[in-house]
Amino acid sequence: MSAPDLRRIVDVAPLVKSGAVSPVDLVKGCLAQIDRRPEINAFITRLDREALTEAERLAREIRDGEYRGPLHGIPIAVKDLIDVTGTKTTSASAVPVDVAAGDAASIAQLRQAGAIVIGKTNLHEFAFGTTSDESAFGPVRHPLDPARSAGGSSGGSAAALAAGMCFGALGTDTGGSIRIPSAVCGTVGLKPTVGEISVHGVVPLSATLDHLGPMARSVADAAILFDVLKGRPPFGTMATADRLTIGTPTGYFCDRLERGARQALERGQAALVAAGHDVREVDVRYASWTPAVYLHIVLPEASRFHARWLETTPGAYSPGVRLRLEMGRYVLAEDYIRAMDLRRALTVAVDAALDGCHALLLPAQPMPAPPLGAPSVEINGQQEPVRAAMLRLTQLFNITGHPAIALPASHDVDDFPRGLQLVGRRHQTERLLEIAAACEPLFEPRDPHLG
Amino acid sequence: MNPIIVTNWMRSAIDDARRRGLPELEPFLEGLAQSLAALRTADAEYAAEPQQGPATLGDPPSDNERS
Repeated sequence: MSAPDLRRIVDVAPLVKSGAVSPVDLVKGCLAQIDRRPEINAFITRLDREALTEAERLAREIRDGEYRGPLHGIPIAVKDLIDVTGTKTTSASAVPVDVAAGDAASIAQLRQAGAIVIGKTNLHEFAFGTTSDESAFGPVRHPLDPARSAGGSSGGSAAALAAGMCFGALGTDTGGSIRIPSAVCGTVGLKPTVGEISVHGVVPLSATLDHLGPMARSVADAAILFDVLKGRPPFGTMATADRLTIGTPTGYFCDRLERGARQALERGQAALVAAGHDVREVDVRYASWTPAVYLHIVLPEASRFHARWLETTPGAYSPGVRLRLEMGRYVLAEDYIRAMDLRRALTVAVDAALDGCHALLLPAQPMPAPPLGAPSVEINGQQEPVRAAMLRLTQLFNITGHPAIALPASHDVDDFPRGLQLVGRRHQTERLLEIAAACEPLFEPRDPHLG
Repeated sequence: MNPIIVTNWMRSAIDDARRRGLPELEPFLEGLAQSLAALRTADAEYAAEPQQGPATLGDPPSDNERS
């Protein structure tokens, strides 16, 4: 059995540019890996023929001296919440939909840069979950253990990356849906500042909280994808980070962590100090309000979008997703407005925590990949609902809109990945990526292992 | 004006869910009621803080804001 191609975009792009590696071979390699690991169930729609045709065309461009940049000829997977011309955007649901007439804005940007869409990835239905196990197309299974979840809602994208089925991926993040599966699968996932990347052509969950972002196997790759999504030339050299001051929020964020998550955090902090950076404790005021504020924003906004289908085709939804959407119809307008008011307070609180710091550092997840279908997990002797546990460390930054990135980090508790999360100042996503690039080697992620 | 009490809200919501043939929604609404109580407590705490809380509609700017 051939090993999956787990090279980074930054490593393979020069080879594609020089002609040493053909986009056709990259696509064939990804498709072969998808064939090799069907049990992961990472994809809903494969675009084999289209991808190979596109790869041949892009290879001719390179031979003709027309090189578009580091994404030229690179296979990318797209969460099936995002429109790709000629395919149905299923949202992992049985709710009937039409074929997309056009590409989402993000897809158009990727194609302009020469990226090849290799397929539409599986997800938690309508992005309304953290485990990708409620899907009309079956659950996404963790590449290391098919009995475990790959996280969600962008589980298919993260699993495909970890298993070498693509070189980059797109996801969406409303409460953590890029960062959660990235942490669980050992990949990198960026939630940019709110509103920074267009969500045109993306099925919404919550207009206030939705973000679109890149997923990759390295920070450098995520930065290339981010630049392209922003519509500017990619692959500018990232400035090196000077001596960093990193704040770790305590209390709500670090009180309940399983051993591997805590070890990853402590090792990351120690490595930063050893490298000459400053690590300090900070407080995020009002942090404990986060779950209630999140719920009273996401539920009514999601229910509003789904109102028509909930009336006409309720049986098409996964039962759990349907019931959570129905819940949103009972949120009173005054409580939605209360939540939006408190959103402003939380945003100021995170800004204040970042005062004097370059970024915040905290775990991306409080525990490793949970068993598929498990309703709760035990963390330090306490049972906690899986969804609440997986959202706990990520959802605040959807409320406030601060950019946040998950990246893998070292531990020795078991074979399952753990992720750390860096949070930056609003509208300074590029600076966050520079900081993450400096931290990435210090966190000592394991070699890719999930093929 | 008396605020809508959380328990009254929950009972109304559960009654409505049963009328609509969704009794399985009851535990979800009970959980949402806990969250709602937490939200309203947070809102009250925030409003009680000095210089905090949303201004009422039509409040004129303060002298500080005008200068």
